[in-house]
Amino acid sequence: MKKIASWAALEKAASERILIIDGAMGTMIQKRKPTEETYRGVRFKDWKQDVKGNNDLLVLSQPEMIREIHEEYLAAGADIIETNTFNAQVVSMADYGMDSDELCYEMNLEAAKLARAAADAWTAKAPDKPRFVAGSIGPTNRTASISPKVNDPGFRNVDFDTLRDAYKTQVRGLIDGGSDLILIETIFDTLNAKAAGFATLEVFEEKGVELPIMLSGTITDRSGRTLSGQTAEAFWYSLRHLRPFSVGLNCALGAELMRPYLADLSHVADARISAYPNAGLPNAMGEYDETPHDMACQIEPWAKDGILNIVGGCCGSTPDHIRHVAEHVAKYKPRQLPEIEPKMRLSGLEPFVAG
Amino acid sequence: MTQGNAAQSFINVGERTNVTGSAKFRKLIEANDYAAALAVARSQVENGAQIIDVNMDEGLLDSEKAMTTFLNLIASEPDIARVPIMIDSSKWSVIEAGLKCVQGKAIVNSISLKEGEEAFLDHARKVLRYGAAVVVMAFDEEGQADTIERKVSICERAYKILTEKVGFPPEDIIFDPNIFAVATGIEEHNGYGLAFIEATRQIKEKMPLVHVSGGVSNLSFSFRGNEPVREAMHSVFLYHAIKAGMGMGIVNAGQLTLYDDIPVELRELVEDVVLNRREDATDRLLEAAPRFKGESSAKRQEKDLTWREKAVGERLTHALVHGITDFIEEDTEEARQAAERPLHVIEGPLMDGMNVVGDLFGSGKMFLPQVVKSARVMKQAVAYLQPFLEQEKTELGLENKPAAGRILMATVKGDVHDIGKNIVGVVLQCNNYEVIDLGVMVPAAKILETARKEKVDAIGLSGLITPSLDEMCFVAAEMEREGFDVPLLIGGATTSRVHTAVKIAPNYVRNQALYVLDASRAVGVVSKLLSETDGPAYVGEIRAEYDKVRQQHLANEAKKQRITLAAARANKFEIDWKTYAPTKPQFFGPRVFESYDLAELVPFIDWTPFFQTWELTGRYPAILDDNKVGAEARKLFADARELLKKIVDEKWLTARAVIGFWPANSVGDDIELYTGEPRVARLAMLHTLRQQIARDPSRNRAHTALADFIAPKETGVADYIGGFAVSAGIGDEEALKAHFKATDDYGRILFKALADRLAEAFAEHMHTRVRREFWGYAKSEKLSNDELILEKYSGIRPAPGYPAQPDHTEKKTLWRLMDVANKTGITLTESFAMWPAASVSGLYFANPESHYFGVGKVERDQVEDYAKRKGWTVAEAERWLAPVLNYDPRSMDAPKVA
Repeated sequence: MKKIASWAALEKAASERILIIDGAMGTMIQKRKPTEETYRGVRFKDWKQDVKGNNDLLVLSQPEMIREIHEEYLAAGADIIETNTFNAQVVSMADYGMDSDELCYEMNLEAAKLARAAADAWTAKAPDKPRFVAGSIGPTNRTASISPKVNDPGFRNVDFDTLRDAYKTQVRGLIDGGSDLILIETIFDTLNAKAAGFATLEVFEEKGVELPIMLSGTITDRSGRTLSGQTAEAFWYSLRHLRPFSVGLNCALGAELMRPYLADLSHVADARISAYPNAGLPNAMGEYDETPHDMACQIEPWAKDGILNIVGGCCGSTPDHIRHVAEHVAKYKPRQLPEIEPKMRLSGLEPFVAG
Repeated sequence: MTQGNAAQSFINVGERTNVTGSAKFRKLIEANDYAAALAVARSQVENGAQIIDVNMDEGLLDSEKAMTTFLNLIASEPDIARVPIMIDSSKWSVIEAGLKCVQGKAIVNSISLKEGEEAFLDHARKVLRYGAAVVVMAFDEEGQADTIERKVSICERAYKILTEKVGFPPEDIIFDPNIFAVATGIEEHNGYGLAFIEATRQIKEKMPLVHVSGGVSNLSFSFRGNEPVREAMHSVFLYHAIKAGMGMGIVNAGQLTLYDDIPVELRELVEDVVLNRREDATDRLLEAAPRFKGESSAKRQEKDLTWREKAVGERLTHALVHGITDFIEEDTEEARQAAERPLHVIEGPLMDGMNVVGDLFGSGKMFLPQVVKSARVMKQAVAYLQPFLEQEKTELGLENKPAAGRILMATVKGDVHDIGKNIVGVVLQCNNYEVIDLGVMVPAAKILETARKEKVDAIGLSGLITPSLDEMCFVAAEMEREGFDVPLLIGGATTSRVHTAVKIAPNYVRNQALYVLDASRAVGVVSKLLSETDGPAYVGEIRAEYDKVRQQHLANEAKKQRITLAAARANKFEIDWKTYAPTKPQFFGPRVFESYDLAELVPFIDWTPFFQTWELTGRYPAILDDNKVGAEARKLFADARELLKKIVDEKWLTARAVIGFWPANSVGDDIELYTGEPRVARLAMLHTLRQQIARDPSRNRAHTALADFIAPKETGVADYIGGFAVSAGIGDEEALKAHFKATDDYGRILFKALADRLAEAFAEHMHTRVRREFWGYAKSEKLSNDELILEKYSGIRPAPGYPAQPDHTEKKTLWRLMDVANKTGITLTESFAMWPAASVSGLYFANPESHYFGVGKVERDQVEDYAKRKGWTVAEAERWLAPVLNYDPRSMDAPKVA
């Protein structure tokens, strides 16, 4: 299987500096206060049900809006921008009656094309700072390890095969649209991510091409666990077989609270470490109010201590946040990949290392 | 890796959630009683299973559905789901159904080459894609492997495919080379136990990163219904298989018999069967088995209450070792009444008992699940004492006194063992420290956050399992990074002073990380550390000590490389016995030489060591003309010659000797001596030690033991060995008294040095006569004295306590063989030194290829083996072999409580 052509340039950039990944897409969309009509655009003006809140649909109905947001993040210094496809698979799209493979494929294809074009334009302007497109794959709105029914813990509203099939369509669209990376993110149930990883490898095989994989888990609170109960280290052992380009954390926590779990990962993972925290924690109004300067100051020590390779922002972050973060980490060298002793490393909710 | 560590890191896979292995579990699944089935899984984890095996292979079940349902249910039980799952099925579809339900990294059990390479490849690729480790059975197109060769070759073939074609990480491969039933009455089955053990050894040698596992209960299939024999077989088998490299097993570990608890007779019989040591092993075990029949050892022990008659301390130890809670409160109460303070019960008998547990665990005779039971007993005892401790505190008026300090304690992330930590906590509290206990599995972040918030004066970390060591290093580094400046105390079974000094302390230089051996030391250490007056000096001491430990460790590391005893034995010193015809000695048994003429010995004196006694270095006679020391040497030599003349002429000393020869053959690393020909009755057994130094293999040097110089029993070659004890010091005390003033140090030392030289000369002289006359294997030998000193002759005379056999106690056998004490007056002290000191003893080896060598340092595996051969406990062996141990037995005997 051959590696995607842009892989070498990505490796080179990652070995030279801490790479910047963009900030929140949803926050930027909300700032534009889109209405039901905005979401529908021309093509879906007669859609059978409400689609307000279906952010992924905007790549088809309002491509210009998404292009603008990409543009802003690229201008702020992002090396990697994410496609607007967080929920673009049939499992999540069922909420809007849009759970057809054809439509989901198209969303991913068009989203990747949009980001591709924006990134290429910036690479052309400054070839010594190549920009990359990460095809974003979210967790879906269902969990394969957790029952939604309190009194029936064995019940599941989604299974591995359903997730895998949904993700396969998504990955095909993302690759066909020109993504440089596959980013499986906001992983709150590792089994969902295993299905996404499985699908990704299957599509690589199908297409005869391999893309670097980025993994990003979500530690939901100060218990230090994912929603499905794993510690950061156990999470890593569950997904290590994907031999990802990077592993890290995003969402749920602000930078201050994310540090210890990131340090855990940095300690055990022989992949690059990524982090894109929220801009603080939501305030009483549900808004994120950590300033760009504050966020950058929280993140800078990670770079200084050598536990960081890729950094950006999640909920509440804006191009201004990204610009500040980029400035603060620019002077530090990226983390060196550690040599991890070959040992059988298993996991349940907790890690188990043999010997 | 030493046995202690191998057994401690042995992975217990719980086997009870298996419908094919447990009728109880099968019935629960068939009845759809998943709540009860979950309870089985939970109790497995609580009893120390580190992984749980789930098997739903039952003809009448919808196995895929049952697997899915059960695994989904486990996912909602954090107490169970914390450990990895082993998805066990002979059907791929069931395995795949299981893989789709687990978010963790599981183990697939199993795939094999049974259906050919294509299916194997397909399954292996999928396992990797699902992100699991894999058990590979030694099974190919021709069937299950039963011989060593087939087991190893199938595993090698599978390994090649997995690593080269699939890209499977070798460390995620677990081979199961098939444990089959032994003692079935079919002769070919007799070697099955040994075949597994030997195959394991070879697999680990050829593919060091892989693991070896197996289902142990198959082994004893022919003794169904006789639980005591079955359990003994499993325990013995594991004891040997783990040494060979078996790192994992599907066992009902909670029910394993302690190796040391097996009655000696049964253990012998079982060992004969498992290791296929004699042809009639099966018959003998079958014959004896009914006598041992009865309830399983655990139940038997429950009912056997003879231990109740012992003293209370022994009862507490028994209860701790065997995990019995039935009497713990009444025994603890009895101990409390006998003790001055309730705290003394913890520091005394309870700690003693836990130390026994620690020793057994350390020597591979107890498994983790059994230690978990011990911890439970301990906790119950401590809980019983708690109210008395509180009461005492009130009585002493400590309640309202400000605390002496605030200590945070935690068992580190990844570790659930807290018994030792709890004890330390109790002891500290009783001494008026405030203890904040964060419990088990505590991440570094939480430790530091709490420490900062609560402004603690010291942090104590505990851990029982090896990965905890790394975590402690990490916590120390985080403390340094976050600017902490309080002492960090390290304790628990796997921790040690050396590890703390070498690995942890350097991470935290702002303050000091220090090792605390056991709970009884905790108070002393903490009070010194927190003392404003003594604290800084104490930290300074610790720093200096740890610096030294680090330097020593570095120096040792360089020379420390050792190979396993098994590998050393495989590379023994080979002599071609087919072409060697041993010379028969002129007589057998001992012969005494009374009052040997000293004048005859003088020419044999090697003067070089004499000058060394006086710290004058140089070879005799060149030393007499040496620029620097020549004048001094000449003066000394003149004095010596003068005194020597008096000693010889006036017979100040008497020289006596005894030598002996016996028919002998080697058996492993030992030498068997016989009463005569034919070689039926064993007269004595001489034990030897083998080199274990790791060498550059390309140098092709053997790992020698003295036994290699004697023809092995199985060669049928009639070989011989000799022994001797000579002294030139008989009458030395009287001579000293008669001829030297008490203040004449020079004269006295000179006299003693000469007596030593005469004894050595006697040994040399006697050896010459042995070669030429008494044994007579070198009748035509003509060597000058210089050549003698350069040991240019054939054969050697190594002495017990010297490099080729560092064990002094072997002299005891020699003394018995030749009745040395009575015949010559040379006696042995308690520490096996000879009296008078001017004596030499040793063995005679005649083989022309025999040579002097140094055993060097030995590993724990050899010490354990040697102890067994000598009939010693390991601790005794460690005491006698202390100078040549390649490890620190203290670090292994450290209290195994965490």
